[in-house]
Amino acid sequence: MSALQAVWQAAVVLLGGGLVGMVYKGVDRKIAARMQARIGPPLRQPFLDVGKLMVKEAVVPRTAVGWLFEAMPFLAVVAAGTALLYLPLGPFAPVLGAHGDAILVLYLLAVPALAMALGGFASGSPLATVGAQREIVMLMSYEFPLAVALVGVAWRLSSLGIQPAFSLGTMAAQPLWGLVGPLGVLGLAILFSCLLIVTPAELSKIPFDIPEAETEIAGGLMVEYSGVYLALFYLADAVKTVVMAGLVVALFVPFGLAAAVGLKGGAAQAVDTLFFLFKVLVVMLVAVTTVRVGMARLKVDQVARGFWLQITAVAVVGLLFLVLDKVVMG
Amino acid sequence: MADREKEHNPGIPVVAEKVKVEAPPGEERPAPVPTTYEVPIGPIHPALKEPIRLTFKIEGERIRGVEVRTGFAHRGIELMGTKRNLIQVLYLSERICGICSISHPIAFTLAVEQAAGIEVPARAQYIRVIFSELERIHSHLLWAGVAAHELGFDTLLHLTWKVREKVLDILEELSGNRIDYAIPIFGGVRRDITPEQYPKVGEMIRYYRGLSDELMDAFLRDPSVEARTRGVGVLEPQEAEALCAVGPTARASGLRKDVRQDRPYLVYGDYAVKAITPEDYGLKPLGDVYDKTVVRLLEVGQSLDLIERCLEDMPPGPITSFPKIPALLAHLKKAAGEGLGWHEAPRGEVIHYIRLEGGLDEPSVWKVKAPTYSNLMSWKPMFEDQEIADIPIIAASIDPCICCMDRVHVVREGGEAWVTKEELLKLSWEKTRRLTR
Repeated sequence: MSALQAVWQAAVVLLGGGLVGMVYKGVDRKIAARMQARIGPPLRQPFLDVGKLMVKEAVVPRTAVGWLFEAMPFLAVVAAGTALLYLPLGPFAPVLGAHGDAILVLYLLAVPALAMALGGFASGSPLATVGAQREIVMLMSYEFPLAVALVGVAWRLSSLGIQPAFSLGTMAAQPLWGLVGPLGVLGLAILFSCLLIVTPAELSKIPFDIPEAETEIAGGLMVEYSGVYLALFYLADAVKTVVMAGLVVALFVPFGLAAAVGLKGGAAQAVDTLFFLFKVLVVMLVAVTTVRVGMARLKVDQVARGFWLQITAVAVVGLLFLVLDKVVMG
Repeated sequence: MADREKEHNPGIPVVAEKVKVEAPPGEERPAPVPTTYEVPIGPIHPALKEPIRLTFKIEGERIRGVEVRTGFAHRGIELMGTKRNLIQVLYLSERICGICSISHPIAFTLAVEQAAGIEVPARAQYIRVIFSELERIHSHLLWAGVAAHELGFDTLLHLTWKVREKVLDILEELSGNRIDYAIPIFGGVRRDITPEQYPKVGEMIRYYRGLSDELMDAFLRDPSVEARTRGVGVLEPQEAEALCAVGPTARASGLRKDVRQDRPYLVYGDYAVKAITPEDYGLKPLGDVYDKTVVRLLEVGQSLDLIERCLEDMPPGPITSFPKIPALLAHLKKAAGEGLGWHEAPRGEVIHYIRLEGGLDEPSVWKVKAPTYSNLMSWKPMFEDQEIADIPIIAASIDPCICCMDRVHVVREGGEAWVTKEELLKLSWEKTRRLTR
């Protein structure tokens, strides 16, 4: 793959990812509104919001550490976009699949959250400081179950002799469900549900929108951000939603539709791409929209305890099932 | 030295202190001094529907102290009242607060009727009770929605407020307005409830009875709501009593305290209204936010029963003893004396005091004490050692109505001034002397 090819592929993926992320945000808002017996904004509302924010004045508080405050939104977008490049997109292998593995994606997913926390600390507002503290606690809470799910899948792949196991491309190309025994399927199902629970936490959505918590700390991390910087965080969130849902799809539901109906060539790619986008949408609706509509916001200590004890325990049990499966299957 | 002084004077707000401890070489570093920082909530904040400022002293995520500053919604409405005739003041009293827009006029008319010796026909008393119970339903549902919003549960907010539309429709049907009903007047009410309207009210009662299980499920048995309300913002019964909490705030702590029960007025005496506490739901009263929700939801049911029985028992007859306003004004102008009106507003006891001078159109004194004023002090024990995340729901749990409460704001020599306890005592003596001269 030439450098030029990589560049235009990356450009297409980033633009497409941003576009899909924004459209899906609109879908999320519309469906959430209908569930709450509201009419809701039009589907294009996220575009209108970002467009409006882009032309608005961006105020930097006098008490803020200016350069840090201004740099963090860019870092968040760049990290979320880069993670997108490591994601297998339906029939297409990851654009940068050859230059990094699944562990890198984990780190890239953590970067937007860190950027938001740093931006919050840098803004010099007590509300943002509280939000930033909460974001860090959240990060420490949900990263472990997330890592267990990812590493569990990768380890089982490598134990089957499939290499490189620590690549999302491999995970998507070789769905584990058919390669493991019944115990393994059980373990995978447990890890799958853990990852679905981690998804809204990773995306800071109710019941895990603790770092922003509008009614408590008035938007927390975001409280001092305005104009183009806020728009960038909004964009980063939209892209991150696609990345996170795409990660769930790549790990646990990477199946294509085209092979099943016997399509080949361009048509197969088109069908699989659409199917991939559909799966991402379904994952988002299940893990984000319905959850955020149906729950109250939890407290940070409740979340930390829940993730460290219950969810981690469940994830480890899932991992144990995979290990047992390896022992039984040989 | 300065730190020591601050420790002994909790009234002074402690601003975030960064204490650098330089350890002398060779010695062990002393333990770091615990630092607190301040989080201001308000006067403008998404958790507050009205302007008030709460400054919290925070350690990590824990609240170590709270300072309340009021006065942002002070409008001088009592002074305005002393410059208008009583009918005009009636309109003012209705506009003290949009949600208690029947409670204030009822307490006010009761006070004036006492001062002027006006009798109220039986039918008018029933109509006043029906309206105040309708108001209780809409106020409690409004509160429940706000509470859900404070918890980040917007779906519940939207659904509760959708359900609340029904009682607002009935209020509009009966009075012509969704809020500010303009129903009570001295000596009666301004509008009758016609027989054609009875079935509509009955339908509303059935509607809410059918929904009560669903509402109870959503607020009392939802795990995420329970996780956020149980054991949060506890007000011990002794504290509630010592701080003179009123209304659902006091009842949730197990105090059976309700003006309708303790000092029956209008036709409440006939129905032997009983103050509702969480015990009626089979719970040991803790005084947490959960209990306050229980009390308010049960009171919706109580109000439905009262409205139903009032509609059945309402006798025919006149709705006011002064059908002609000029006659009423003439009577009020002649009247001299003082009157005190109590009413159990949805948020608790509201008191209006009025003093009339014979020969004057306007009252010489008008004093309002809203339930939020009585409940404000109970915030302090409720906030103690809670988390930042609990601030909105605890603040909301007393159902604060700032515009009702903001009756006084001290400005001295162009600046804001603090009033000490002794000064406050002196001011209140002076005022009492002025009133009883």
